[in-house]
Amino acid sequence: MSVSMMSGRAGRSRRRSGPASPARRGQAVKGWLYVSPTAVFVAVLFVVPLLLVVRMSLSRWPLLTGDQGFNAPDNYTKVLDNRFFADSVVFTVKYTVLATVLLIALGLGLALLVQESSRWKGLLRASFLIPSALGLASASLLFYVLYSPIAGPAADLMANFGWTFLGSPNAALFSTVFLIVWRFAGFYMLLMLVGLQGIPSELYEAARIDGASRWQTFRRITLPLLRPTLALTTIMCVTGSLLAFEQFYILTKGGPDNSTITVVQLIYIMAFQGQNDLGVAAALSVIALIALVVINAVQLRAFHNPDEK
Amino acid sequence: MSTHVPTPAGAPVATEPDAGPSAHPLPGAARPAPPRRRPVRRAPTTRVAGLVLRTPYWIFTGSLAVIFLFPLVWTAVSSVSPQAGTNQTDGWGVGNYRTLADYQAGIWQYLANSAFVSLTTVVLTLAISLLGGYAFARFSFPGRNILFLTTLAILMVPYATMLIPLYVLLNELNLQNSLIGVALVLTMFQLPFSTFMMRISFEAIPRELDEAALVDGCSSWAALWRVLLPAVKPGLITVGLFAFLTAWNDFMAPLILINDSDKLTLPLAVSNLRGQVQGVVDYGATEAGVVVLALPCIVLFLLLQRHYVRGFMSGAFKG
Repeated sequence: MSVSMMSGRAGRSRRRSGPASPARRGQAVKGWLYVSPTAVFVAVLFVVPLLLVVRMSLSRWPLLTGDQGFNAPDNYTKVLDNRFFADSVVFTVKYTVLATVLLIALGLGLALLVQESSRWKGLLRASFLIPSALGLASASLLFYVLYSPIAGPAADLMANFGWTFLGSPNAALFSTVFLIVWRFAGFYMLLMLVGLQGIPSELYEAARIDGASRWQTFRRITLPLLRPTLALTTIMCVTGSLLAFEQFYILTKGGPDNSTITVVQLIYIMAFQGQNDLGVAAALSVIALIALVVINAVQLRAFHNPDEK
Repeated sequence: MSTHVPTPAGAPVATEPDAGPSAHPLPGAARPAPPRRRPVRRAPTTRVAGLVLRTPYWIFTGSLAVIFLFPLVWTAVSSVSPQAGTNQTDGWGVGNYRTLADYQAGIWQYLANSAFVSLTTVVLTLAISLLGGYAFARFSFPGRNILFLTTLAILMVPYATMLIPLYVLLNELNLQNSLIGVALVLTMFQLPFSTFMMRISFEAIPRELDEAALVDGCSSWAALWRVLLPAVKPGLITVGLFAFLTAWNDFMAPLILINDSDKLTLPLAVSNLRGQVQGVVDYGATEAGVVVLALPCIVLFLLLQRHYVRGFMSGAFKG
């Protein structure tokens, strides 16, 4: 969308002023002057590191001594041989599916609930949204105390039942998902509300006149027309969940029994804890990057509606 | 949008359209037609019946709101209430905040670090995206599309993928273990959203406005400051708000890029607090830390809610 928009305007002004007119050259120089801070930041802090991570993944690169020369494909085989690699991939995917399904369903449900404006719904909307203002780290620390068997509000209950929020692998997973749903539900509700606003009210009017039931209207009008929003939110949620780090780093520290190590946590562990091997961490980073690009491309394709132009 | 008939303050309930906890997917569609006569005096029986019918709805939505607010309220209250194993063992008071104040380099140091990183990020993000958005919206120059798309591509790359090489790169530039380095990295990650936001803010202004200024002999720089800046102010507030919330709360960049404990930002300091005395967690001080971390975000959010929502409306998340 943005591409055609840009080339349209640029093309028009190019045609207006001839190929080498001074006005056009002035435009280009001024444009570059204004955009140069952006260009410097993008080049130095994005493009260069992106190339560097590929090079690092092909080199022996210990944390303390730096580049020790080309060693491909050792780093990649080391990643695959890592005893946590397979488990962390499985766990990350499991967490992603759970978090995405819950957040999309809940985000849509909450959006439908508070869609019309009234004072009470405004209050509801604000209370669902407030957790989104918190940082993920703050939210994780907050739930670290809430879930605590010593200081949490359910401490006495937990002592009686001999069960804790983070004690078993499944409990830790579900407790973390609850934290994430609490923190992000309002955020996805807001995105859904924006999508719902884009559906013309005449369609609902027509459905009502035709005597469609609520469910039929939801199924035949709301859902299909919300498709772009659903695609956007799903892609955002999948991407965010696949890259989960803070919530597990703070809340479960990967435990119990290393059952909640995510891929990004594994990158961190490889680079800065124990192994101190930036080369292997870079290799896993590259694998994660490629996986993410592929997964997003597949999702875009799945959400793409062949009927639409 | 809502076409509520004005009702006496006591009885807004009866005109509420949906009568149950089920989600209401039809704005305006299944809404019962508002009564034709002015509903100033309603029969008390209707009112009671309406209240009874809608009770499940109130209970359901009310408890949802409680679920979302409870963790915040509970943390704030218990940070000042007595608790064994903390600095606040009997009576209410600020003992936990005192623990926090005396922790290692002291809360003020960490607050100062966080404030420095956040403000630097906000100022840099505003300056860069103001100029960048202006250039993308109003000038044609070679490499324009490719630069814009590359900026948006930052969104597609995992944070962690970037931090490992950034650690090495900042080391080369002598910016590793420095708060400025953290602010630079956070600014870069803000650029896709803020550049997009500022670009559409400029594009929403009619071209005639700045063309008139240029014809009057203004330079493009003067046109930007005198004519366009007031018009893009709402966009700038949104960009600044998101930059602040992100920078203030960021955990991973300082975790990886900062080594010295007196250079840590607040989220890391509070997180480290948990292992303070031989692994014994001071939950009270952690609660106090969460309150200090969350308070500016919630206050800013409530004050600037409108601008926060605009960030979503803009479609900037569709990059």
